[in-house]
Amino acid sequence: MKKIALALAGLLAFGVATADAGEKLRIGTEGAYPPFNNIDKDGKAFGFDLDIADALCAEMKVECEIIAPLDWDSIIIGLNKKKYDAIIASMSITEERKKAVAFTDPYYSNNLTLVAKKGATIDPSNLAGKAVGAQRATIAANYATDNLKDVDVKLYDTQENAYLDLASGRVDVLVSDKLPAYDWLRSEEGKGFEFVGDAIDVNDKIGIAIRQNDTELAEKFNAALKAIVANGTYEKINAKYFPFSIY
Amino acid sequence: MNWEEIFLALPKLLDGALLTLELVIISCIVGFVIAIPIALMRSSQNWWIRNIPLIYTFFFRGTPLLVQLFLFYYGAAQFDAVRDSFLWPVLREAYWCALIVFALNTGAYTAEIFRGAIQSIPHGEIEAGIAIGMTKMTLYRRIVIPRALRIAMPSYGNEIILMLKSSALAYTITLFDLTGMTRTIIARNYLAIEMYFTAGVIYLLLTFLFIQVWMRLEKRMLRFQA
Repeated sequence: MKKIALALAGLLAFGVATADAGEKLRIGTEGAYPPFNNIDKDGKAFGFDLDIADALCAEMKVECEIIAPLDWDSIIIGLNKKKYDAIIASMSITEERKKAVAFTDPYYSNNLTLVAKKGATIDPSNLAGKAVGAQRATIAANYATDNLKDVDVKLYDTQENAYLDLASGRVDVLVSDKLPAYDWLRSEEGKGFEFVGDAIDVNDKIGIAIRQNDTELAEKFNAALKAIVANGTYEKINAKYFPFSIY
Repeated sequence: MNWEEIFLALPKLLDGALLTLELVIISCIVGFVIAIPIALMRSSQNWWIRNIPLIYTFFFRGTPLLVQLFLFYYGAAQFDAVRDSFLWPVLREAYWCALIVFALNTGAYTAEIFRGAIQSIPHGEIEAGIAIGMTKMTLYRRIVIPRALRIAMPSYGNEIILMLKSSALAYTITLFDLTGMTRTIIARNYLAIEMYFTAGVIYLLLTFLFIQVWMRLEKRMLRFQA
């Protein structure tokens, strides 16, 4: 009798535990890509991506747990190893990534831009001989390696390190996502720098990455996204970071 | 396992391995040159001579190599004084920063290995040298240093292997060493397991070759013991 009771108790505990783990949605983010995701002094993630995550979780009425900071290089691997259920980390939807993960509808769009020191004579159509920096494993890095001729491409693990080397003059130009660069240009560190040339349209849509067989979660996210765009929550979050719409 | 992709990536990975090898060999040679005088100072009878190099070995052994690299590469470049100095043409290159930090780091460990070896030379051998009237210079040149190097060989070999693996941090300052190349390739093909597996095999191969050479060298140097 005692044994059965124990077994029952075990079963109950197990049931509760799995239900708990099942309802909590774990969302991974990088935490090194301001203003979209960043880590504050207490180790908590914050930024546009996190605000969107909060709004979506509230809309879907699920409890979410943020897993951060994560290594960008291995962020997709962690998703597929089920360390978290979704990545909301300003990830561009690409064919290459679609081989490894699925994406929701885009929650914002991004262009690339060149950034250089104010007054530097940089001709965006001819960068030959220049040292060009970009963050490894990003669209900007792919653009720099594939589209720029005769340049010395340097790849960084975080965008901050790339900014540091632009500031020190080790690289002449950065290829960067336009929106985070816009934020950096307004900061104390970035005030001596400017956009060079026109924005580079690379049809770059940003989505939430989920595991490939997780269609139910994708549908939930898409419905919640439509809802927050319709009810004005999205616009409010957008306005907090950019004076123009990025949807 | 996607063997075709591994095969495709191999030339680039070997390119990376070449840079890794270059970094390790040069920094170990420079580290060795730094380590000898530091080790001699560290085993001196004089308190001042013994403890001044301690600041250097304490810092490099007491902080992570990654922190040292970042301080040296990103940190130093923040200061106008550094950027305007005659050293900037060297310090602006990630390659030289990595070499300098690696050399200083392995130099600190090697110095402590050599110090231990110097102190474990049987006292009788040094007394014998003094007894036949060797000057201090001759004593060091003919007894202390050769004897200490022999005693240190096994643990020094270990330090070189550790350096080979530590050199994987070079990628954090934009170098395309074996690890940097691996991560860059993974960023394009997402075959993390395949690429890290291949990189691991290359590292193992390098270590294996090194151990073969080192064992021969040890055998030769320590043949008087057999």
